[in-house]
Amino acid sequence: MTLREVKDILDAEVLVGQEQMDKDVRTAFGADLMSDVLAFAKAGSLLLTGLTNPQVVRTSDVLDIAAIILVRGKKPSPETLTLAEELKIPILTTKYILFETAGRLYQRGIVGCMERVDEERARP
Amino acid sequence: MDLATIVTALDLKVCCGADKLNRKVTGGFTGDLLSDVMAHSGEGDLWITRQIHQNIIAVASLKDHAGIVLVQGSEPARDTLEKAVTEGIPILVSDRPGFETAGMIYDILKVRGG
Amino acid sequence: MLAHETTLYENQFPVEGGNFDKAGQVSSQIKAILKRMNLSNEIIRRVALVSYESEINIVSYARKGYIHIQVKPDYVLIEAIDEGDGIPDLELAMQQGWSTASQRIREMGFGAGMGLCNIKNFSDFFRISSDVGKGTQLKMVIKIDKVFDGI
Repeated sequence: MTLREVKDILDAEVLVGQEQMDKDVRTAFGADLMSDVLAFAKAGSLLLTGLTNPQVVRTSDVLDIAAIILVRGKKPSPETLTLAEELKIPILTTKYILFETAGRLYQRGIVGCMERVDEERARP
Repeated sequence: MDLATIVTALDLKVCCGADKLNRKVTGGFTGDLLSDVMAHSGEGDLWITRQIHQNIIAVASLKDHAGIVLVQGSEPARDTLEKAVTEGIPILVSDRPGFETAGMIYDILKVRGG
Repeated sequence: MLAHETTLYENQFPVEGGNFDKAGQVSSQIKAILKRMNLSNEIIRRVALVSYESEINIVSYARKGYIHIQVKPDYVLIEAIDEGDGIPDLELAMQQGWSTASQRIREMGFGAGMGLCNIKNFSDFFRISSDVGKGTQLKMVIKIDKVFDGI
């Protein structure tokens, strides 16, 4: 699914990364605990969160997250937007709560991810 | 929709509150920040979270949640479980990540009605 | 093939305690450097994660500190050294879910008592030591499985 389709499904507004709407996404991770995201989210996933501080962008950068979806109509601080532009990480904001955001994407075929890096390591 | 249907559909482990699975679930809420959950969740919500700290019981009790689903196979801390028993809050565990757990519950509530 | 002793990259980055606006900057920088060195995504991700959690710890709990990184042909060494209150009970601090984080830190999505566990789980070697009233020292090694040609 492209980011553009994600945007349509969630009736979302694109705050950063308008030029990256053709990016392909298949997995998502929803959480408000950054250490949780760091431990489990897969590279290339969507990050659904209620957090809006710059650390969300940093965490996404560390993990190569495809895009950040802010839930419940949250708007990030100017610092967060600047950092996302600098690191080229798309940010979308949707009016839906995290539960509904996950539900709508799940219904359309996006799957969850819970991949530990040490599992990746075990693969040939 | 009662809790028991969701427990069966998602094959959730029931840590406590097995006698309360007839409770009605009217909606779902996913969140790990307690202040957020306090402010925005509603009565009858099934709360999906990664937090295992005992404070989650106070929140679920104050907000009259139908129950708590811990995701990614997280086990509740011992004092959390004790408090849940005292307060009568069902604690369920899903082996799936939060996204999928929410997705499946959303699906059940939407398709089969709240 | 490069000799085992060859240092491909080494640097030390200062980290300011309490400055959450800058928290993570060092780790982003480290990640970019490793990318230029053509290390595998898997190694880069683990180094960045370990460095980032360490950086957040320094910002959250110490007055100041630094992250030292050294890349050798077969491993990456990361050290996070800080000047701060230190940790009185290391065993407790290593327990998942245990945290002394302030409300402010928790609202940013950290301080859930998972950072040190993450650091340990994602490293091939991990050592922590702390002097109460002085500071904490973390040492992590991430092995590079495949031989790479360096910079």
